[in-house]
Amino acid sequence: MSSLQFDIAHLLAGSLVLISFMELYQDRLYALLNVYAMHALVLALSVAWQAFVQDAPHLYVTAALALVFKAIVIPVALHRIVVQLGIHREIEKVVGVGPAMLAGMGLVALSMVVMLRVTHDSDPLAREDLAFALSVVLLGLLMMVTRRNAVSQVVGFMSLENGLVLAATGAKGMPLVVEISVAFSVLIAFIVIGIFLFRIRERFDSVDLQAMDRFRGERR
Amino acid sequence: MSFDASDAVLLIPAAAAAALALLPGYRITARLNVLATLATFVAALSMLWARPEPGLYLRVDDLNSTFIVLTTFVGFTTSVFSASYIGHELETGRLTPTFLRFYHAMYQVLMFAMNLALLANNIGVMWVAVELATLTTVLMVGIYRTHEALEAAWKYFILGSVGIALALFGTILVYMAARPVIGEGLAAMVWTNLIAHAAAFDPALLNLAFVFLLLGYGTKVGLAPLHAWLPDAHAEGPTPISAVLSGLLLNIALYVLLRFKMLLAVNPAALAPGPLMVTLGLISLVFAAFMLYRRRDIKRMFAYSSIEHMGIIVFAFGMGGPLANFAGLLHMTMHSLTKSAIFFAVGHVAQVKGTQRIADMGGLTETNPLLGWGLILGVVAIAGMPPLGIFMSEFLVVSSTFVRSPGLAIILVFGILVGLGGLFLRLNTIVFGEPRGPTAEAKASYVPLFAHLALVLMAGLYMPAALVAWFENVAKLLG
Repeated sequence: MSSLQFDIAHLLAGSLVLISFMELYQDRLYALLNVYAMHALVLALSVAWQAFVQDAPHLYVTAALALVFKAIVIPVALHRIVVQLGIHREIEKVVGVGPAMLAGMGLVALSMVVMLRVTHDSDPLAREDLAFALSVVLLGLLMMVTRRNAVSQVVGFMSLENGLVLAATGAKGMPLVVEISVAFSVLIAFIVIGIFLFRIRERFDSVDLQAMDRFRGERR
Repeated sequence: MSFDASDAVLLIPAAAAAALALLPGYRITARLNVLATLATFVAALSMLWARPEPGLYLRVDDLNSTFIVLTTFVGFTTSVFSASYIGHELETGRLTPTFLRFYHAMYQVLMFAMNLALLANNIGVMWVAVELATLTTVLMVGIYRTHEALEAAWKYFILGSVGIALALFGTILVYMAARPVIGEGLAAMVWTNLIAHAAAFDPALLNLAFVFLLLGYGTKVGLAPLHAWLPDAHAEGPTPISAVLSGLLLNIALYVLLRFKMLLAVNPAALAPGPLMVTLGLISLVFAAFMLYRRRDIKRMFAYSSIEHMGIIVFAFGMGGPLANFAGLLHMTMHSLTKSAIFFAVGHVAQVKGTQRIADMGGLTETNPLLGWGLILGVVAIAGMPPLGIFMSEFLVVSSTFVRSPGLAIILVFGILVGLGGLFLRLNTIVFGEPRGPTAEAKASYVPLFAHLALVLMAGLYMPAALVAWFENVAKLLG
């Protein structure tokens, strides 16, 4: 692999980590959805680049899926849900921006240390890709625990899942990547339909998960 | 490709799911559901003799055929229980006919997903199957669409998805470890290839993979501290689903974990997975045992009891060795049978009393003697009293641990005794004393309940030599 190919792959994967950080400090739902759309767009580019570099045409399917479904359909759908539920106010956070960013940096450092040490025998691209992918996964998890709002938790989960797709495409020649990305898209579609159909707002008056906690079976 | 038993246990539920989604009417669909699960069980039994060659996607061996027979059997008995349970739910209007159709179709999809996860010879397919099983159970847990049910489903969904995501990362890492040895492509995800070459894998990568797999699939096993979804999901869904979740789905996740544990066991340089599993198992056991004392909801109480027993099972497999593995397998089988029997009883109790609050129940042995004594028998069994099957398996786990590390055995016994106290304390309120709440006759089918309890009793009194030999063989396979 030429160094240019490597650099571009590296750049795209690195941008994904950066955008994950951007998601962490968004405090408006619309802005968060826009940043997520960008996240998915960069993922689509990254996967398409891997498809080109690895000469694996089936990966273009995954890239197209990321582009159409995750970067366009899902953000638009969530946007409409946010409008319908009237929750475009500020996002409540459990921890502030500062601590969240610090924790995020710690997680990235952790994944670099763990992955680079463990994979020293693998080829450099897969190695760096995996380290970045683990960072994106951990940042997605962090986002899920620092947010109370159901919509932003879903965004956290979706960026976590983008990290997994990045890892799967980075692992050269991995079979079933397309199937797995389809399975994940189905899962996400279910989540979004879940928010929409079950009309969490109607039932709980708020998508705030803290409000749901009242209904724990044993506090009746 | 020729047609064989392993195709049958997948095709029957898939076809039944399609048919049940289309057919109207409670009577026909409930019967068809029972018939389909019975046919799957028969097909699964034939797997004990006929062994198709392992392919790229599916395989049958001693380990998974044991699990499949157990899964399809409990699936069958639960469908019998479900028929009478759901009939009552329709009468009281908690479920509408549309949802009923959906419920039956989902039941079969769940059976399909569980069988696929067990049969899969490919770690990618295994992952997809576990995801499918999670999704269907999420939909079933939320089926009543009350506040509590939706919250439980949402919580289960989010935690289950995170678990599943971590498991996928672990799966990718296993592929990365296998690729330099086996080569690129599908072959490097086939379990039979993996186990054959696991000794040559990079141990560091394999270790990291196992940590992710343990966290990911461990969430689905319900190990503390990853158990938060489990009590809610058990309490708020329809009771047949609680029975299937506790009795079967937790086992499936455990089975997947055991498969990966076998990979690590082959590689001499990789970390020993035992201590990790032992620690998580003991934490779950002791934590759940204490939690039993503060439960006010009958289904949540037995959900915590499931966490407790999964802890014991994971502990036993973590200890490893032929005897502990044998004990773990036996305990898993006994727990599946007993816990689903308890949920059969609990389902009817909750229907008679119109609530799940323990404080609103009482004197069940006077008002509904058959149900009350069935529940007592189930709890006596699950608490590990002789001469029932769980006593046997717990005794084996404890005694095999005492020989190797007495310190761990003391914690184990402590946890079991604490749990026993909690269970009997609550049972006392439910079944004895002044009758409280409605005392209507239960329109129950007692056959599945007492069939399970009879099997558990028989296992405690006398285990056929063939069965013992079979379990010993599987225990050796697990290493």
